[in-house]
Amino acid sequence: MEDQNRQLIRERRRMQATLARRKVFTTTEKFESRFDHMTQEEKDAYFRKERKRAAGVLARRNVFTKIAMGFGVAIAIGLAILALVPIFYTFINSFMSSAEIKDNYGVVFQSLSGHAKDTGATYLDKTVVLRMVPERVTLEQYKTLLFMSPTYLLKFWNSVIMVVPIVLGQLVVSSLAAYSFARYRKRRREILFFSYVILMLMPFQVTLVPNYMISENLHILNTFWAIILPGVFSTFSCFLLTKYMRQIPSSYIEAAKLDGATEWQIFTQIALPTCKSAIFAMAILLFIDYWNMVEQPLVLLTDDQKQPLSVFLSQINEAEIGIAFAASALYMIPALLIFLWGEEYLVEGISHSGIK
Amino acid sequence: MSESQNKRGELLLQKAEINKRKRRLHRKRKMLDWGVFTAYLFPSLAGVLLFFFLPLLMLLKTSFQKSSTNTDFVGFDNYARVLTNKAFKDASINTLKFAVVAVPLAIVLALLVALLLNSGMPGKSIFRSILLNPMMVPVASIVLIWQVFFSYNGVVNGWLASLFHIDKIDWLKSSYAQVVILVMFIWKNLGYNMVLFLAALNNIPAEVIESAKMDGAGPVKRFFSIKMHYLSSTIFFVGIMSLINSFKIFREVYLLTGDYPFDTLYMLQHYMNNAFRHLDYSKLSSGAIIMCIVMIIIVGFLFFAEAKFGGDIEE
Repeated sequence: MEDQNRQLIRERRRMQATLARRKVFTTTEKFESRFDHMTQEEKDAYFRKERKRAAGVLARRNVFTKIAMGFGVAIAIGLAILALVPIFYTFINSFMSSAEIKDNYGVVFQSLSGHAKDTGATYLDKTVVLRMVPERVTLEQYKTLLFMSPTYLLKFWNSVIMVVPIVLGQLVVSSLAAYSFARYRKRRREILFFSYVILMLMPFQVTLVPNYMISENLHILNTFWAIILPGVFSTFSCFLLTKYMRQIPSSYIEAAKLDGATEWQIFTQIALPTCKSAIFAMAILLFIDYWNMVEQPLVLLTDDQKQPLSVFLSQINEAEIGIAFAASALYMIPALLIFLWGEEYLVEGISHSGIK
Repeated sequence: MSESQNKRGELLLQKAEINKRKRRLHRKRKMLDWGVFTAYLFPSLAGVLLFFFLPLLMLLKTSFQKSSTNTDFVGFDNYARVLTNKAFKDASINTLKFAVVAVPLAIVLALLVALLLNSGMPGKSIFRSILLNPMMVPVASIVLIWQVFFSYNGVVNGWLASLFHIDKIDWLKSSYAQVVILVMFIWKNLGYNMVLFLAALNNIPAEVIESAKMDGAGPVKRFFSIKMHYLSSTIFFVGIMSLINSFKIFREVYLLTGDYPFDTLYMLQHYMNNAFRHLDYSKLSSGAIIMCIVMIIIVGFLFFAEAKFGGDIEE
């Protein structure tokens, strides 16, 4: 009975506290309490006991939170290690000598079907040796790569010459389009925007066929333009930038308009600066996406000389494994440098893209 | 009497004149607005029309033709041919299976990690940077390491053999192949999704959480009743991004296993790529059109779902 009563009172009190936070105040009625019949000593003793108990509970809870936090940190560290291991090993392995690589990893390639032309895959029971530290740190791989194999540098240059115009071009084109989509919202435009979104979601192999057909018709097949032009007009960044520009408070734009600003001024002085981090983030995302491209060059560039590094790396076989890791590492470095340089923008840009 | 009537008539006339002028001005301004914003859109629209929409129409046309050289109209023959093709069916099922498993998994795992990092843990920003790192690594340069880990003589097999005495398998040619690919997918995309969730979690007003705490809501209740509510639009967005990225997993698969991988890894993209190689245009275009329609349905459904369930948190 008492318990039920207390429960009721507690609930009412809680309700009142909630209301009080919403600035609605109600009077608390007086109720029977067990303290009414206690003497001072009894009360003191009771409170002493209670205080002790509460301290115990708190301490226990503290320990518990600490343990939970420890678990959390451990999990996070585990995840971080998992995230870094492949990158770490690529770099470590790039400092091994070619001979050591062959000793350690040669067996990997035995089970791949490309291993020997006639026999196919062979399954010898051996295990890879995974070393944390190379036996001897050498720059041999890098030397071979940079000074003795001109193809590598050529392919690197191919990658650069395709990716940079795509990133710059797409940013210009799509920031203009995004501004238009963000400011002019009529029914037909929304439908167009929706079709952009669908285009963005299309897997490469769907858009690749149209790309191929149109480049054939424009006679730009097997030139860099066949990669660059569709890249420039890809709608991915348009979608994100539109999302971002729609978050600009309309009061800013109204104010600028009242002051007599033209659309161009609003675009360059309000929209672009507000979206600076989004644009940088977009540049980074686009860079990594196109730095990574495999499908488009495979289909659109028939000339082996014109292939970018990504395709070249994928064709590395057993014979070249000695320099493969250095090639991979060098290929990774521009992306990682850009990440280090622009991480803040990237995080901020990504963060804002997901918020309504 | 007539004078006042005249006056009133004149006034009415004037009013009509002014209204007319206003309307004309309004229409002019509307036209101007349309012109300006269309001009901004123009470069992108022109490019998209030329490089995507026009070719898609051409695709639609070839999908009804016998072959690229023979332009006889054959109706839905090509579609029937593609839809009854076993390779196409298998490939669609594989791709669908992967997306159905990978997208929700990517969402849930990223959300869990984001909650973990957001629980007042030390070193949050360091972990965030580290977990975001894999996103920046080009597929081609990491493929070699995956090879080292997952091949028959690879590291994972070595560990399993020494720890649990399990027989070696060739991971990418076993029934676990999709799991391996799933691991790579999560590895790459966890960071990006997590950053999105972290931002959304930070965006939840602290007062709301605080008052829920005061009202005696436990962490689980707080999560499902409050945080989920604020996260719904982000979940939708992460879902879309993961869906896009789940199609990009083809790169890893292709670089690891080439044109004809193990059965469960044969994706729609492989099918398209191989049809490309054989220059089977009519097959290719009807396949592409089918994919297109399916994508439109999926996206339409997603948007519908978002409008229905996520629309109520306008701030």
